[in-house]
Amino acid sequence: MSKVAVLKGGRSLERQVSLRSGARVQDALERLGHEVVGIDVGPDLVRDLRSIAPDVAFVALHGRDGEDGTVQELLELLDIPFTASGVSACIRCSDKVLAKHAMRDAGLPTPDFYAFTETAFKELGAADALGVIEERLAFPIVVKPADQGSALGIRFARSPADVPGALIAAFSYSSKVLLERHVHGRELAVSVLDGQALPIVEAIPHEEDFYDFAARYTIGRTSFVCPAELGAQLTTAAQELALAVFDLLGCRGFARVDLMLEEETGALFVLETNTIPGLTDTSLLPQAAEAAGIDFDALIDRIVTLALPAPAPAGSTPV
Amino acid sequence: MSPRRSRASARDLERYAGLFAARTQVMKSSAMRDLMAITERPEIISLAGGLPDTSTFPPELLAAITARMAVDSSARALQYGPTDGMAAVKDCVVEVMAAENTHVDPGDVLVTSGGQQVIDLVCKTLVDPGDVIVAEAPTYPGAVPAFSSYQADVVQIAMDDDGMRVDELEATLDRLAAEGRRPKFIYTIPNFQNPAGVTLSLPRRRRLVEVARRRELLILEDNPYGLLRYEGDPLPTLHSLDGGEFVIYLGTFSKILSPGVRLGWAVAPAPVLEKMNLGKQASDLCSSSFTQVFVAAYFAHGPWQDYLGALRELYRRRRDAMLDALAEHLPAQASWTRPTGGLFVWATLPDYIDTTDLLALALSRNVAFVPGRAAYLDGRGGSSLRLNFSGVDEAAIREGVRRIGEVVREQVDLYETLTGRATATAEPAARTVDPDLADVLELPARRAERRRAERR
Repeated sequence: MSKVAVLKGGRSLERQVSLRSGARVQDALERLGHEVVGIDVGPDLVRDLRSIAPDVAFVALHGRDGEDGTVQELLELLDIPFTASGVSACIRCSDKVLAKHAMRDAGLPTPDFYAFTETAFKELGAADALGVIEERLAFPIVVKPADQGSALGIRFARSPADVPGALIAAFSYSSKVLLERHVHGRELAVSVLDGQALPIVEAIPHEEDFYDFAARYTIGRTSFVCPAELGAQLTTAAQELALAVFDLLGCRGFARVDLMLEEETGALFVLETNTIPGLTDTSLLPQAAEAAGIDFDALIDRIVTLALPAPAPAGSTPV
Repeated sequence: MSPRRSRASARDLERYAGLFAARTQVMKSSAMRDLMAITERPEIISLAGGLPDTSTFPPELLAAITARMAVDSSARALQYGPTDGMAAVKDCVVEVMAAENTHVDPGDVLVTSGGQQVIDLVCKTLVDPGDVIVAEAPTYPGAVPAFSSYQADVVQIAMDDDGMRVDELEATLDRLAAEGRRPKFIYTIPNFQNPAGVTLSLPRRRRLVEVARRRELLILEDNPYGLLRYEGDPLPTLHSLDGGEFVIYLGTFSKILSPGVRLGWAVAPAPVLEKMNLGKQASDLCSSSFTQVFVAAYFAHGPWQDYLGALRELYRRRRDAMLDALAEHLPAQASWTRPTGGLFVWATLPDYIDTTDLLALALSRNVAFVPGRAAYLDGRGGSSLRLNFSGVDEAAIREGVRRIGEVVREQVDLYETLTGRATATAEPAARTVDPDLADVLELPARRAERRRAERR
């Protein structure tokens, strides 16, 4: 059995969710017989990792630092194997703009969008171009911070009057925001584990017309159906699309790709990829795994095994 | 391996979801709660909490009192106590209330686990799902989950500089009466309201008590801060004006001694108090004997007003530091209240700024506040924020407000860039005030303006 450091908490806005994911992962790892050390990520991270010298780090962080490649960079530097995607995939996925450009270039469907930094508005007069954007995307427009993993800061602008407020909200979370065409339809999450797509989860929000932050983590606010009732053909199409995105962005181990199935056209669109999807008791990846007959402990076991170096090459023990 | 925790699958969750009471549906987790969790990190200057500065309590006094407790009353301190509270504590309550010119009999007192339990017990005693509670707009954020968990329909009444608009209250009561609905109680914090910082004027106090009497409605008078007055003369409590017939009084030791002792009290009409007593029995049998013995020993040890006086001095200086910093750092489009006591300032920003989002930005600069939406049950308050000045020292207050001012200015600048509208130099009279916000609270913007002018 291995010595596993579970990295959780940190100072991202998703700290609470991460603490819940981390605690659950720790429990599972203990049940699996591993030696487990939980680390609430902070200024002592490198020192802690050096003194603990784990065989593997389980990254249960969400959002900034944990999901954007920062922690992964440190782990690589320290030669500690870690779960899920590496630095470059984390950077590509956590920056929605980068990910969307990559998908568009590769011909994978993602809703039309325009992205701007605060500087573009403040110094280059981008505000004067808002009218054109509004015309091209048509209302409602979704305004999102470029690198906020959760639903924090995401707004619907239903008319031109809503746009400045929505931009200000989004810029509260990021120095770059995107304005995206709203795809009206069904919300699908395809989790990928070890190169295989798991059964699809459909999220059906109860009260809000949007998948909001509160609903995402609260039992009873959103219904989840897994496997989603899509028919074989659509299911396969969605799963193949998710796998293509997973590969395109260079993900490793596991990830969750969020899609929209447009009501009007029946077309699939990729919204984003989460390199460290939630592992809480209401999270989607564990539900998908469960539907595939993989219980939570087995899921965690698979994830850790994937992170460990393949049959130990001699003399490469990390210090 | 623990079999109890071996699996927590989606299926299990569905099963639990079916067991949850209907009232849990409204006890929702929110983005705000997740953001608030970060405010506790050590590098953050938190102007968010409502924390008294307990570091000012002399440790040697704590040692002396607990040493005496150990000698004199250890068995009693470690034992269960009466549900309504120890007689010695009730005597302390009578003494504290007398300091507010409110004279009560120890027999009318129910000692509770903090003032919060009074809110809970009053709801438990009076409120069925769907019943109306009238509260102020904005109201105490901590009351919101209590009201929600009893599935109350909360109607919030606007305030201005003189506290709750009693004329609006009467209009609302008329409207409710026309619908055949009678509120179970009117919840108010008359002194240095949390979060608005305003105080109910004497004429309105008289009027409110009269309204309650005439309509035979109960008032829940929440008065945690009455003794923390930094200027001006104290006003009579609603309880003293009414004689206690239609007023349930809520007091607490949290702000005059320590929130850690978790002791508060209710004074209520006898039939109401009896029901509350039954409710308390079901909740926790009795409040902590240990801390009750401590409070009684503290009051016996010396004049309790000394420490209170020291706190008043300290908080007054901190309030002044905050008001000065706000005048210096907040842009002209912002306004805020100027409390004469208590722990909070309520500030309102232009309506295009959402203070929940602003909190995320503020947290990136290591400063925190409470977004205004926490003080409403209907989603209003989105452009307001509550600032606490009791919990951190003056230097931290100044720095915290400076950082908040910085992020507010950034958002104002961005808005002006986006809309091509420059409002920074606008005269106060020309300012556009969102009509919704004007209804919520009329803020002393002009006074803030004057303070700012004086500094120039």
